[in-house]
Amino acid sequence: MKKITKTLFALMLIFALSPLVKAQTEGYQIGDKATDFNLKSVDDSWVSLSGINGAKGAIVIFSCNTCPYVVAYEDRMIDLHNKYAAKGYPVIAINSNDDKVSPGDSFEKMQERAKDKAFPFPYVYDKSQDVIKAYGGSRTPHVYLLNKEGDDFIVKYIGAIDNNYQDASAVTERYVEDAMDALLSGNKIAVETTKAIGCTIKWTKAE
Amino acid sequence: MQFKIKFSTSLKTAFTLFLIANLSSFVQREKPITETFKIITFEEFELMMNKDSEKLRVFNFWATWCAPCVKEMPYFEKVAAEYPEIELIFISMDDGRKPERVTNFIETRKVKSPVYLLNDIDYNKWIDKVSEDWSGAIPATLFIKADGSKLFHEGEVNESELRALIAGIK
Repeated sequence: MKKITKTLFALMLIFALSPLVKAQTEGYQIGDKATDFNLKSVDDSWVSLSGINGAKGAIVIFSCNTCPYVVAYEDRMIDLHNKYAAKGYPVIAINSNDDKVSPGDSFEKMQERAKDKAFPFPYVYDKSQDVIKAYGGSRTPHVYLLNKEGDDFIVKYIGAIDNNYQDASAVTERYVEDAMDALLSGNKIAVETTKAIGCTIKWTKAE
Repeated sequence: MQFKIKFSTSLKTAFTLFLIANLSSFVQREKPITETFKIITFEEFELMMNKDSEKLRVFNFWATWCAPCVKEMPYFEKVAAEYPEIELIFISMDDGRKPERVTNFIETRKVKSPVYLLNDIDYNKWIDKVSEDWSGAIPATLFIKADGSKLFHEGEVNESELRALIAGIK
């Protein structure tokens, strides 16, 4: 009898823990509530979702300094911010790369990159990698479009910025802009998730 | 003075060795680059992926600018060389407008396995067709067994992890 209780208890524990494990490896789905964060930006200010005045949401982009796809998209990230920040949806770029594994992604290098490109949006460092793990970001650039509903930030779109990293003028599908425009006009977002080739996250190695 | 002579002699020896090493690798290159490198469309890749094969095919997705990809490539070549039943194919995600980056890499790094540059940047159209488990990050590797069953791995592997992956599917 004792044995059965023990087994049952173990099974219950596994079932209780499995959603946690799943959440860590898979991150958010469309409709999930995104966790807030408080991360230091390149201007030494602290940035959180709830701390942005007048925000109706945010275009959160997992980014970095060193990925050629990010470099190809930086000007388009600036354009997205310039187009949608005034409407309540600023870009927040988050670098989650470990700077021991990828020295080019250190906070100082982030500051240099932000200055060189005159980023109009916050560029914050997720040094602990807690935020990217919660969101389920796996590559750079990786966009999470969030919409503020009550006090919650709800995930509305996950994926790529558009369908041509090489040439902005040859893009035929503007995934983030289409999602933003649908959201602003109260329509259903037609394409809620997309995939793109990107750079892996430089995860912190276990000591 | 004696030190100077010794130094210059050893420098000469080193230079000669360097020359020999480079020459021999030049001679060792059995196939011209045109036979081991090609630019392909996704449709061509799909045909390649879906064709029958008696081998365990290993498609490694990489790019010349991707540090973890470049790091793991020699492990793939080493392990593939040990198993005649493995067919290793490198699929480059490099810029199709600049194939010389890939051909130069193949020559300087002495990559022996065939390399195809998959020149289709409308990624969302095809990533799921390679594997629904693929988020799009590279490096990534698709293993296809002779019976057609597949295993997909996203992320960098070291040599022992690669051996464990192969042992697990063989």
